[in-house]
Amino acid sequence: MNNGEQRRLNGEAEEDEDDDDANNGGLAAWERAYADERSWESLQEDESGLLQPIDNQSLKHAQYRRRLRAASTARIQKGLIRYLFIVIDLSKAAAEMDFRPSRMGVVAKHVEAFIREFFYQNPLSQVGLVTVKDGVAHCLTDLGGSPESHVKALMGKLECSGDSSLQNALDLVHGYLNQIPSYGHREVLILYSALSTCDPGDIMETIQKCKKSKIRCSVIGLSAEIFICKHLCQETGGLYYIALDEAHLKELILEHAPPPPAIAEFAIANLIKMGFPQRAAEGSVAICSCHKEAKVGAGYTCPRCKARVCELPTECRICGLTLISSPHLARSYHHLFPIVPFDEVPLSLLIDQQNKFPRACFGCQQNLLGPGNKPGLRVACPKCKQHFCLECDIYIHESLHNCPGCESTRHSRIPNINEG
Amino acid sequence: MASAASKLYADDVSLLMVLLDTNPFFWSSSNLPFSKFLPHVLAFLNSILLLNQLNQVVVIATGYNSCSYIYDSSSDSNQGSDHGRIMPARCSNLLQKLEEFVIKDEQLFKEGSREGISSSLLSGSLSMALCFDEQIYRGFFDQGHFILNLAVTMHAMQILCLQGSSDGPEQYVAIMNSIFSAQRSMVPIDSCYMGSSNSAFLQQASYITGGVYLKPQQPNGLFQYLSTVFATDLHSRAFLQLPKSLGVDFRASCFCHKKTIDMGYICSVCLSIFCKHHKKCSTCGVLKLLSVLYALCFGWVRRITT
Repeated sequence: MNNGEQRRLNGEAEEDEDDDDANNGGLAAWERAYADERSWESLQEDESGLLQPIDNQSLKHAQYRRRLRAASTARIQKGLIRYLFIVIDLSKAAAEMDFRPSRMGVVAKHVEAFIREFFYQNPLSQVGLVTVKDGVAHCLTDLGGSPESHVKALMGKLECSGDSSLQNALDLVHGYLNQIPSYGHREVLILYSALSTCDPGDIMETIQKCKKSKIRCSVIGLSAEIFICKHLCQETGGLYYIALDEAHLKELILEHAPPPPAIAEFAIANLIKMGFPQRAAEGSVAICSCHKEAKVGAGYTCPRCKARVCELPTECRICGLTLISSPHLARSYHHLFPIVPFDEVPLSLLIDQQNKFPRACFGCQQNLLGPGNKPGLRVACPKCKQHFCLECDIYIHESLHNCPGCESTRHSRIPNINEG
Repeated sequence: MASAASKLYADDVSLLMVLLDTNPFFWSSSNLPFSKFLPHVLAFLNSILLLNQLNQVVVIATGYNSCSYIYDSSSDSNQGSDHGRIMPARCSNLLQKLEEFVIKDEQLFKEGSREGISSSLLSGSLSMALCFDEQIYRGFFDQGHFILNLAVTMHAMQILCLQGSSDGPEQYVAIMNSIFSAQRSMVPIDSCYMGSSNSAFLQQASYITGGVYLKPQQPNGLFQYLSTVFATDLHSRAFLQLPKSLGVDFRASCFCHKKTIDMGYICSVCLSIFCKHHKKCSTCGVLKLLSVLYALCFGWVRRITT
């Protein structure tokens, strides 16, 4: 049975390869294997010169811990209400095929994922899309809070041609971001494929203008480092990185999803008027103000002007009141009260006092002992001293934002507040 | 390819995490005492395991000072040795662990000796359940070519909260974090609330994650409620008329007067909610003062030590 299963699957795999062949014209199979998989990168040399596969898991975990520590040291205040423009370079450099299938396709795919993640993490923020091609910047979507409309607009407009112009893009974005209220954090994320910029005037002036308007500009390059991008990021306090491969690009883009540390003078703290609409009764008929369609039930009523809207969070089309629900606010609270990074338990301590430590991860009950009952890597919460496995560590810090150990004790409750 | 995958994926195998409230302050004042409540639950757990041999049940006890895993059906080894005993092995295992847990929980209380705790640590047990679910999920996809692997079947994961004690307001942020995490991993949180008034936390949890919230009208018939509503697997739920939520109030209450409001003012820095416009946010003001104090103390300590 198992054999049959295997054979059938092999058969299917072969078929798949045939399909790939048809799609992938130009390259021979052996060329593709080298170009796509980069098999040499997954090997490293040990001290005696032998080749060994890289221990991916511990490497990944070490990298994650570095990021976590960097994030937790730089936390004082976070910009929770963000207005972000994503500028996508669609010049002819975006058609390059060093990323598969093309730079443009890869960027579009990851921007889509980014937009969804962004709204998940920042429910009170807004995003707009700008594309640059033929030396001209176009506003694809205005600032808005609905991920679906952005993704749809982006996927419909994927063609590239001509040169790229950094100045035109910045001028356009500056015009839009200058109008937003003072409490919002203004940000631009530029995904730049080209190695040059074709500008109508002095770009240095534009950079100074952005700096004066407190717009934080970050650039992710897909080819090589360019001076003007680096200068832009340094001046405005943004980040500049070059993507090495697709996985790195994804990581770099998603790094912009959590709210950045707020710089006090960038946005003025203010009290903002917001509405908490109630769900309309089941079966009531109304015309919604967003799609202009008659809908039965399912909708929310603006508390100020009583207009019907379909989904939250949004801005009322009639009176302009920001409409949210209390879970949206609650979703942002974990940025304000982050949990402390866990400490790695040193291996020497583990070997000495193996019997004193718990055998299973406190979160998932998985055995913490490695193969052959040797102590493996584990981490401990500095507050509640419970031990966790590496997977739980990542899950707890990246998705759950609660320490199961601290949550299941009565005593360590209050100290959370002096971290805010 | 897709058809092969869907055939091997069993849609009626479920992994049920039961969060059992053991708060003695609630059960001592409840209409249905714990000794009568427990047989309903045990019968329910047995019936879940009876429905499909691959079903898995994990029980986590939610105490008022701690939380702990007390039962996992997959690691229950001596199922065959039931003969000649009054109680099946499954129940005796669970009861023994439960007793140990309750005694330990009580000891912790004496050490801490705080008065009048009416809430249980739901946030802790919910977090543990989510970690467990995540591990099962990971284990499934870590197999790599999972289509080939017949031995591992994907469980549809569910969490059932059997809660009696009232909500603990200090757990609000932690519980909301858990709810959003569950929503993200598409794990529905069902809740059966035994207390006298409705639980706002559990109502929100079930509403946001797409689970069922139920407050039994007749606690004596608990088994019937459990078996008819919560025993159904996720696939079958699409065909059933389950109790509908009567709508959850998502309006916020302001921090200054605890009034429920339609429209309010939100601080752009700390997201505190106020019903009237103030010149300065009182929450951030407090927070800033605290951090200044903290910095001062810290500097002072450092000066002494060096």
